[in-house]
Amino acid sequence: MKRNAVSAGWLSVLFAGLGQLYNRQYVKGLLLVLTHAIGIYLFVTKLYPDLKGLYTLGDKGQHLEKVGKLFKNVPGDHSIFMMIYGVISLIIVALFLAFYILNIRDAIFVGRKRDQGSEVQGLSNNLFPWLLLALPILGVLFFTIMPIVFTSLIAFTNYASPNHIPPKNLVDWVGFATFKKLFTMNSWSDTFVGVFSWTLVWAVLATVTCYFGGILVALLINQTGIKLKGFWRMLFIIPYAIPQFVSLLIMRNMLNEKFGPINQYFRYFGLGGLPWLNDPFWAKVSVIVVNMWIGIPVSMVLVMGILTTIPKDLYEAAEVDGASAWMKFRNVTMPFVMFATAPILITQFAGNINSFNVIFLLTGGAPATMEYNNAGKTDLLVTWLYKLTLDFNQYNMAATVAILLFLMIAALSIGIYSRTRSYKEEDMIQ
Amino acid sequence: MKPRIFFSYVLLILIALACIYPALWTIMSSFREGNSLFSDTFLPKKWTFAHYRDLFVERTDRQIPYATWYMNTLKVAVASMVLGTLIQLLTAYAFSRFRFKGRKPMLMMVLILGLFPGFLSLIAIFTILNTLDLLDSLWALILVYSAGAALGMFVAKGFFDTIPRSLEEAARIDGASHMTIFARIIMPLSRPIITYISLTTFAGAWVDFIFARAILRTPQNWTLAVGLWNLVDAYNSTEFTLFAAGCVLVAIPITMLFMYTQRFLVDGLTAGASKG
Repeated sequence: MKRNAVSAGWLSVLFAGLGQLYNRQYVKGLLLVLTHAIGIYLFVTKLYPDLKGLYTLGDKGQHLEKVGKLFKNVPGDHSIFMMIYGVISLIIVALFLAFYILNIRDAIFVGRKRDQGSEVQGLSNNLFPWLLLALPILGVLFFTIMPIVFTSLIAFTNYASPNHIPPKNLVDWVGFATFKKLFTMNSWSDTFVGVFSWTLVWAVLATVTCYFGGILVALLINQTGIKLKGFWRMLFIIPYAIPQFVSLLIMRNMLNEKFGPINQYFRYFGLGGLPWLNDPFWAKVSVIVVNMWIGIPVSMVLVMGILTTIPKDLYEAAEVDGASAWMKFRNVTMPFVMFATAPILITQFAGNINSFNVIFLLTGGAPATMEYNNAGKTDLLVTWLYKLTLDFNQYNMAATVAILLFLMIAALSIGIYSRTRSYKEEDMIQ
Repeated sequence: MKPRIFFSYVLLILIALACIYPALWTIMSSFREGNSLFSDTFLPKKWTFAHYRDLFVERTDRQIPYATWYMNTLKVAVASMVLGTLIQLLTAYAFSRFRFKGRKPMLMMVLILGLFPGFLSLIAIFTILNTLDLLDSLWALILVYSAGAALGMFVAKGFFDTIPRSLEEAARIDGASHMTIFARIIMPLSRPIITYISLTTFAGAWVDFIFARAILRTPQNWTLAVGLWNLVDAYNSTEFTLFAAGCVLVAIPITMLFMYTQRFLVDGLTAGASKG
């Protein structure tokens, strides 16, 4: 008794909507037939040429042509336009494929229901959530998915200044050449290795200092015998309340070598001022310290929240056993805090790898150096690729770095998710 | 007093000083005469409001249209707040309340796409807008801020999940349509989450620098973040007192918003920990 399901399914394979018509869902069927027809029309007239354009990226750049007696500059193919339309077409084709498959599945599903003699649901009931989701899906499609696809594609082209910037020149597919260049060409690979290792050092130091700093401050406030706990907490949260870009720009002025107040105080106490932002080593110290100023309040709030959840009886039991304050801290507080915050620690590490604001607004990647290609001594991979895009028009290299960076963070994130699950299953503290 | 407590207080006071010093110093500088970064004393020798007035007076010898920047930022933040909140609520509501075909894979999609960091799309957004000649418009920035809002819908979905379904069912029996239920029953109940989402999206757009600098090219279109950054970067701190006054005015609304949303803070931070 599968007659209806089979025939409806095959009819919908033949042409979307036919199966639905066969199932006597006339409005739905007609709509689907119409959609399929529009799809075919679009494919022939628009999508196919666009996809072809995505493949070739144009074959004639801006060139001189003889018009009458004069040579004139004639605009040629614009590779990036072709890429944009190509990617959009690719997405539309993918949507059509999804629509086509759903249409077949729907025909079979409804057909089976008819075989079993059960009632078939109306159209409008299933449509409402999609109506709600239409706008969000469009937004995500064009401002998240398409850019990600586009960036990934750029990494495999030679789209970069000075020789391959449309409309003057064409852009071509070059396969993995950009990746190869990044790793083997000295000027690029030196920069990459240098910036990459500083990114790692930075991420580790920034995470560790903020994390333990936060724990320390939280414990400091939470000691028995400290009064006005809420007052201290509120004071210490102030750095978190000020917009980051404001406080970072202020810090940049405070650390000014000649006129900044920090060096002024140093001189007041008879010490020479330090080149906070102008010397590679001190610039690195500065960004870490400023990052502590910004990051510790967050960890502090977090740890204070956790401290209140530690059961009191644990401490009481420890006291009965004659534990000292240090032993209580070492064996009750610390394990509890560590356990509860470990996943956040890894998330913060991943966040610090991409910590754009602190570096870009404070030092701008400076001090500059001759050793690096378009990067300074405090540049992270993120700020480097930002500069490559906006200031130096090295789009393909920026995209390549972005992909590598993303793979790194994705691996880390997957690690986090599997780790947190394993934590849950361990069930050590509950 | 025990020495341990005494030292703790000393440490607390030192940390407190470090926390508030930059803010205090900036406020003091904004009231100081002259325009230099350097000052002998912490408190201004002569107090003046001139810098605050200067911010709103257009001068030909320097390109600091602060009032315009403020309006731009306000426009961008309000528009992205409205659009972003709407998109986020719609998405969260659809995923929380309906069991439709393709829901599970779509949820998975949202999770995965949420992992992709902004810089990955930045290069593409910049080149696409550049090629299409759409750079340097506030609307482009607003679209960039709000279009991806759907990906942050998990907090709102969690909230909608807690609203009992019996409420809707009762309304449905009384003949209410989907739209009526959403507008008349769910929305009034969701005021706290709507407040939270709109405030965070507002603040996010208010303080963003990365996309604002990439998209807005001319001083007339800058937002405060780009403008103030440029003030430090290009003027090399020669207009410092003016910059300080500008900073104070930017920070006030956000700091006040923050104080208001503080109670959400701990929940928001710890939410990630238990999500697993």
